[in-house]
Amino acid sequence: MGLLRWFKRRLVVIAGLLTLGYLLLPNIVVTVFSFNNPKGRFNYEWQRFSTDAWTDPCGVADLCGSLSLSLQIAAWATLGATVLGTMIAFALVRYRFRARGAVNSLIFLPMAMPEVVMAASLLTLFLNLGAQLGFWTILIAHIMFCLSFVVTAVKARVMSMDPRLEQAAQDLYAGPLQTFLRVTLPIAAPGIAAGALLAFALSFDDFIITNFNAGSTVTFPMFVWGSAQRGTPVQINVIGTAMFLIAVLFVLAGMVISNRRNRQKA
Amino acid sequence: MITVTTNNSAKNTAKNSAEAGGDVRLCGISKTYGSFTAVRPLDLTVPQGSFFALLGASGCGKTTTLRMIAGLEEPSSGTVFLGDQDVTNLPPYRRPVNTVFQSYALFPHLDIFENVAFGLRRRGIKSVKKQVGEMLDLVQLGEQARKKPHQLSGGQQQRVAVARALINTPKVLLLDEPLGALDLKLRRQMQLELKRIQTEVGITFIHVTHDQEEAMTMADTVAVMNGGRVEQLGAPADLYENPQTTFVANFLGTSNLIEAEVDARSGDEIVLRAGGGKLVLPEARCSAPTTTGGKVLVGVRPEKISLTHADEAGEIPAGRNRITGTIADSSFIGVSTQYVIDSPVCPEFEVYAQNIDRDPRLVPGAEVVLHWNPAHTFGLDAAQDIDAGIETVEEEGAAA
Amino acid sequence: MATVTDAPPLAPAPAPKERPPRKRGRLTPYWLLLPGILWLVVFFALPMVYQASTSVQTGSLEDGYKVTWHFATYWDAVADYWPQFLRSIAYAGTATILCLLLGYPLAYLIAFRAGRWRNLILILVIAPFFTSFLIRTLAWKTILADSGPVVGALNTLHVLDVTSWLGVTAGDRVLATPLAVVCGLTYNFLPFMILPLYTSLERIDGRLHEAAGDLYARPFTTFRKVTFPLSMPGVVSGTLLTFIPASGDYVNADLLGSTDTRMVGNVIQTQFLRILDYPTAAALSFILMAGILAVVTLYIRKSGTEDLV
Repeated sequence: MGLLRWFKRRLVVIAGLLTLGYLLLPNIVVTVFSFNNPKGRFNYEWQRFSTDAWTDPCGVADLCGSLSLSLQIAAWATLGATVLGTMIAFALVRYRFRARGAVNSLIFLPMAMPEVVMAASLLTLFLNLGAQLGFWTILIAHIMFCLSFVVTAVKARVMSMDPRLEQAAQDLYAGPLQTFLRVTLPIAAPGIAAGALLAFALSFDDFIITNFNAGSTVTFPMFVWGSAQRGTPVQINVIGTAMFLIAVLFVLAGMVISNRRNRQKA
Repeated sequence: MITVTTNNSAKNTAKNSAEAGGDVRLCGISKTYGSFTAVRPLDLTVPQGSFFALLGASGCGKTTTLRMIAGLEEPSSGTVFLGDQDVTNLPPYRRPVNTVFQSYALFPHLDIFENVAFGLRRRGIKSVKKQVGEMLDLVQLGEQARKKPHQLSGGQQQRVAVARALINTPKVLLLDEPLGALDLKLRRQMQLELKRIQTEVGITFIHVTHDQEEAMTMADTVAVMNGGRVEQLGAPADLYENPQTTFVANFLGTSNLIEAEVDARSGDEIVLRAGGGKLVLPEARCSAPTTTGGKVLVGVRPEKISLTHADEAGEIPAGRNRITGTIADSSFIGVSTQYVIDSPVCPEFEVYAQNIDRDPRLVPGAEVVLHWNPAHTFGLDAAQDIDAGIETVEEEGAAA
Repeated sequence: MATVTDAPPLAPAPAPKERPPRKRGRLTPYWLLLPGILWLVVFFALPMVYQASTSVQTGSLEDGYKVTWHFATYWDAVADYWPQFLRSIAYAGTATILCLLLGYPLAYLIAFRAGRWRNLILILVIAPFFTSFLIRTLAWKTILADSGPVVGALNTLHVLDVTSWLGVTAGDRVLATPLAVVCGLTYNFLPFMILPLYTSLERIDGRLHEAAGDLYARPFTTFRKVTFPLSMPGVVSGTLLTFIPASGDYVNADLLGSTDTRMVGNVIQTQFLRILDYPTAAALSFILMAGILAVVTLYIRKSGTEDLV
């Protein structure tokens, strides 16, 4: 009876932790198999422990080139989508204008569209225009699908911002530009940062749209896709694990710093 | 609390702004949003150096009026003058006017020092340290200079908001419900402090509030607004004693209003008939036109009325207005007892009696005579809604 | 003490005879919108038009394509590929329901029960994004490998007999079966369910639970009558964010499935990139888009949640 009650009370917690386990299981496998020394071309079965891949992460032809290309594209796409998206978000929250409904739909639709549809239709455009597929077409596509997510993230933040803060700045002799730089932008910064981070992650990890519009250019996800057909080098797992660890460390460091700052101030 | 008296800089600024000087004049300003009229064409002069209150329920147009003076709203028509300068077309950052915003609008990303220094820095003043320090000392927040706004209490935030505006020595300080977020006790304290600061610095304060007690405590002049227009303007005591409309009578304190018919005139007094009895009203205290046989609303404040048990009705001096009734309810408040009297002329007549000598017979059900000095009676136009201003007060109370 | 005199004069008093209407930035919103909206019009909306036009073209790669209003392409596409369409809906729908069932407890845990672990768990939900989803999907090949512990356990417990009988697995294998594909889809889109759920759960005032308890609601009743209805915005956007990408996905079906688990995404990809039959691919893509838009519109109407953006 006691055990049953204990279990009942923690049912949600247990179920939640099981889901968390389901979410993390592949990452654990990826990490473990980054120390594998596989027999054949594929790294799906455990053979024996080895740190070869970690000591030589770029040991596979084209792998690190594709990684650096992906990082470059993600950086530029983030910049483009963040600037354009932030501008749209401000217009949507702060101004009244015609065709608001149409603008809202145009922002919403890319998020409500399967990637394969956007990928295929964009390819028809590029084919019709006779565009050279490669870096630029990938970048154009990435900015396009990241844009809506940035708008959503920034909009949420700007909407929760008290409009009286900007009025107070104007009341205190700050002109429009000063108001924007000294008050609006700093307060909206967390929303913009969240949007930028999301854009970076989406762009870096995108495969479907890139696959259609890349031509013969190979990004990191495309390299992984190709290796799934030809043979998966352990180095893929090394890079996957490293990216995961870097992301977690970044966030943890950020949390520790902001905690310490708050404690000092309090 | 805030010690203005010992501070010399505040006195300097007072002199300075007195020299720069000028009244705030609103000439026919109005504001419409589509088909909704927030402020009807309004003429208003706020004398330099006065503490002026715009009082009214939410949606009466008082905040819109304030924001038009600040430059945060464009008037649909009319002109705003500061002294001789037409500022109607100046954006807020070019107007020598500062605002203490509702819920303060302190910049969350800047510390207290930078919040207060904001206006000076925008005007290109490089060395702000001394001035900000003095201003923070003035509002007793010198220790908190490097804290962020969210780390301060409500009362402290309120003082930062005042300091941030005052440091610019504006010609006019606009206060938009500045005490609305504070609890009752702190609000009382801050009312006195703001009043003292205003007296010291001599800057014109225009204060928007829905709290009639706050307006009367602090302001030299109160403008009562309703439905986008000023109902009545005057000194607090004048407004309270001589309301000109039912809205002012009900919104400022409580009034007992009786429908009466003009019976006769004798000298400067009007004799009225109400529910069989007779009431006397000084003509000077009647804002409505009176013709014999016409209707007038007669009003009297609850604390002006004396209550006598029906058995001793004979002892009431002659020449007083009288009404008979039955006590419906009584509540003991401490300093006073509040009675609700059921009378043929008015179903819920309110009487506040000081607890000096309490008559034990004055309990619900007792027959009583209400009587008061006719000089305390006022007369209003009977064409108005007798309950104007009552409900809105309750709503505001619920919201606050 | 610095006084007003230190400051530069506030404003030169302009004395306009007649007031010019003060157009404080009437055009600003349009300038702000222009570049981004232009981008979306040219690279999102215009391609849809091109795709629609391509779908009614005939011709060949060598001779070029011409618009001939050949709507038969649509009928052929549906006739040839209706199983893939049905499979897409079935797999995506199942994955969405599984995501909701699995994701809700975790979102609830983060919102109400995690205490000081809340941020850590949130990070753990988001961080896997940074390991390429392709790598993580490949990891399922290892987890569900024929000789692996998962399949072994399922075999011992005779679970695979049941799933085989249901037709979602085949024999002793999980890989290359519908179960594996749905499992991968569920895994891949689970965070898209958890995050909106968490956002809307987190907004719920904890005192509402106490109030419901105070008003004689047992915990489960509280959940059914208070928590779940209040989390509806999260449920709606979570299911959409899961179903839409899952229905167009071809990675899971390709990596974890077999030729019998091909979804419509696989067909579009093959037609477009391998067979180069652009009209058929465009028609398929157009049908998928129309279907999804219909589902989204209906769903948003029904659920009454208009402001998803």
